[in-house]
Amino acid sequence: TGKAQIDDNTLDQIEEILITSDIGAETAEMIIDNLRKALKSEKDRSVENVLRLIKIELSKILIDSNNKSQSFIKPYIIVVVGVNGVGKTTSIGKLAYNYKNLGYKVIVGAADTFRAAANEQLEIWAKLAGVEIINSNKGADPSSVVFETIKRAVDENYDIVLIDTAGRLHNKTNLMNELSKIKKVIKKFSDSAPHETLLVVDGTTGQNALIQAIEFSKVIELTGLIITKLDGTAKGGMVFQISKKLKIPIKYIGVGEGIEDLQEFDKETFISALFELK
Amino acid sequence: MFEELSLKIDAALKKITGQGRLTEANISDTLREIRRILLDADVNYKVAKDFIDKVKEKALGKEVIASITPGQLITKIIYDELVELLGGGHSEIFLNPTGATIILVVGLQGSGKTTFSAKLAKRLKERKRKVLLVAADIYRPAAIEQLKILGQQVDVPVFSLEQKDARLVASESLKYVKEKGFDTLIIDTAGRLHVDEEMMKEVADIKEIVKPTETLFVVDSMTGQDAVNSAKAFNETVNFDGIVLSKLDGDARGGAAISIRSVVGKPIKFVSNGEKLENLDVFYPDRLASRILGK
Ligand SMILES: Nc1nc2c(ncn2[C@@H]2O[C@H](COP(=O)(O)OP(=O)(O)OP(=O)(O)O)[C@@H](O)[C@H]2O)c(=O)[nH]1
Ligand SMILES: Nc1nc2c(ncn2[C@@H]2O[C@H](COP(=O)(O)OP(=O)(O)OP(=O)(O)O)[C@@H](O)[C@H]2O)c(=O)[nH]1
Ligand SMILES: [K+]
Ligand SMILES: [Mg+2]
Ligand SMILES: [Mg+2]
Repeated sequence: TGKAQIDDNTLDQIEEILITSDIGAETAEMIIDNLRKALKSEKDRSVENVLRLIKIELSKILIDSNNKSQSFIKPYIIVVVGVNGVGKTTSIGKLAYNYKNLGYKVIVGAADTFRAAANEQLEIWAKLAGVEIINSNKGADPSSVVFETIKRAVDENYDIVLIDTAGRLHNKTNLMNELSKIKKVIKKFSDSAPHETLLVVDGTTGQNALIQAIEFSKVIELTGLIITKLDGTAKGGMVFQISKKLKIPIKYIGVGEGIEDLQEFDKETFISALFELK
Repeated sequence: MFEELSLKIDAALKKITGQGRLTEANISDTLREIRRILLDADVNYKVAKDFIDKVKEKALGKEVIASITPGQLITKIIYDELVELLGGGHSEIFLNPTGATIILVVGLQGSGKTTFSAKLAKRLKERKRKVLLVAADIYRPAAIEQLKILGQQVDVPVFSLEQKDARLVASESLKYVKEKGFDTLIIDTAGRLHVDEEMMKEVADIKEIVKPTETLFVVDSMTGQDAVNSAKAFNETVNFDGIVLSKLDGDARGGAAISIRSVVGKPIKFVSNGEKLENLDVFYPDRLASRILGK
C-alpha cells in the first residue's frame, strides 16, 4: 500500500456501514469505487475527509424532493400505496393532520376494503386529525369508494383528498390490477390526477424494497416515497437504490406512531444518520 | 437444483484450469460470488462473513471428482450448511396436554402478529383445542376491532377490556380462561420497537404475568440488515421460543431468517404466507435454503 491508497480497513468499515444500512452490495460497491476515484485527487486522507467525500457521493444519488408544490389544483388528490403493514394508514392520518393544520379542507377515503378493521382504523385517525372521511364496508369495491370520495370533494369544495389503499404485495397480479382500476377512476375527474402517488416503504425493509418500487411504478406513476419506522435502528439505506433506478424523491419520513411523527425529508440529515450509532 | 448458482460458481471457477482440488486461491472469486448472493438475500453483513468462512473451511482441500462440477460441489456445501443453520428438522409448538397452553405473540409494528394470532387460533381450533384470543394491543387504532373481526372469521372468541392497560388485559384473561374452561390462549400484543424501553418493559411484564408456554417472535420476511438488532433485543427481553416468518408469499428471499437464526439460535416454527387465515405453514429449512439460493 502506497501513499495514494486509502487503507483497506477504512474501506471495509465504510462498506460495512453502507451494507448494514440496506444500501445493497452493488450500490455499496459503486459508491466505494467512486470514493476511490475521488480520493485520487485528494491529499487529505483523514477519516473526516473520507467521510465528507462519501457523503458527497451518497448525496449525488438521492433525488432532491420538492415538497412545496405552489400552484394547487383543487381538489389535490393524493394516493398512498404500498405492501402490507408498512404504515400507509398511519401516514395518511399524519398527512391529514398536517394539511389540516396548514388550513386546508381535507377529506380521506377508506379504499382499503379488505383488511379487517381498516376502515375503523382510518376513522380513528380522521377523528384525531379532525378531517372528514368517506367510509367503506368490508368487501366493497375500492374504486367506488375512491369515486365517492373525490365526488364529495368536488361537490363540497375540499382542498385535499387522501386515498388510503389496501396493502398489497407487488407480485399479486389481481391486487395490482385493482390498483390500476383505482387510477382509472381518479383520471375520470382530472387527467392530471392523482397529483401525488406516494409509495410507503417500511424503513426496516431490505433488498425487496427496490422490486416493490419498480413493480408499483409499473402500475401507477409514483411521485414520492414515504420511509417509515425510522425511529428504530434501521437506516433506510435501500432508498439509494430506488432513487438511483427510478429517480423518485423521498418526501417524508415516519418517526413514530403519533400523529405528529411525520417529517419532511431532509437529505443531509438522512445521510449523516447512516454514520451515527443509535 | 440451484442451476443458476452452480453455473455462476462454475463461471467463477473457469478461470482456473486443470486443478483437482479446491484451494484458497481458486475459490476466492467463488466465495465473493456467494457473499454477494447472501447479501442480496438480506443476510446480515457479519452473519454472511461468518457463513462464508465456514463454507470455505469445508470446501478447502475437497477433491473435485469427475462426476460433478466444482460449482455443484460448492453449492451442495452451501446448501447443506444453510439447512443445518436453519434448523435441521421442523419443530412445531408445544401444546400442554394437561394445563392451559399460553402463546404470547410479539414483534415489531406491522410484522403480522394479529393476522398470525388468528391463523394459529384457526389451526389449533381445528385440532379440537378450546382457543381464546386475547387482545392485548391497546394502542394501535382499531387493533381490538381487527382481532375481533378475525376471531369471528375463525370462530374463536376474543377477550378484551375497555381499560387501557395491557398488563391488566393479560392478567384478567387468565382468570377468564379458568372460569370458562379454555385450554389454549393466544395473546396478541402491540407492535413495538426494540429501542422503546417502556414498551419493551411492558412486554416483559406481560410475559411475567402470563408465564407463556411459548413466546413467538413474528418477523416480516422482507426485513433487511436490521433484523439482527431487533431480534437480539426481543430475545434479550422476552427470551422467545420460536420465530414466525411472515409475508413469505412475497418475493423477498428471506435472508433475515438466517441472520436471526444465527444471532439468537431459536427455531423458526411457522411460515405465514398470505392474508387469508388458512395461509399458515410449518417451516421447512430446505425450502427456505432453496429460496435464498435462488432455486
Ligand atoms: N415506530 C413506528 N411505527 C409506525 C410508523 N408508521 C406506522 N407505524 C406502525 O406500523 C403499524 C402498521 O401501520 P399501518 O398504518 O396500519 O400500515 P398499513 O400500511 O396501513 O398496513 P395495511 O393496511 O395492513 O397494509 C402500526 O402499528 C403503526 O402504528 C413509524 O413511522 N414508526
Ligand atoms: N401478504 C401477506 N400479508 C400478510 C401476512 N401476514 C400479515 N399480512 C398483512 O400485513 C399487514 C399487517 O398485519 P397485522 O397482522 O395487522 O400486523 P401486526 O404485526 O399485528 O401489526 P401491528 O399490530 O400494527 O404491529 C396486514 O395487511 C395483513 O393482512 C402474510 O403472511 N402475507
Ligand atoms: K414490516
Ligand atoms: Mg392500512
Ligand atoms: Mg396487531
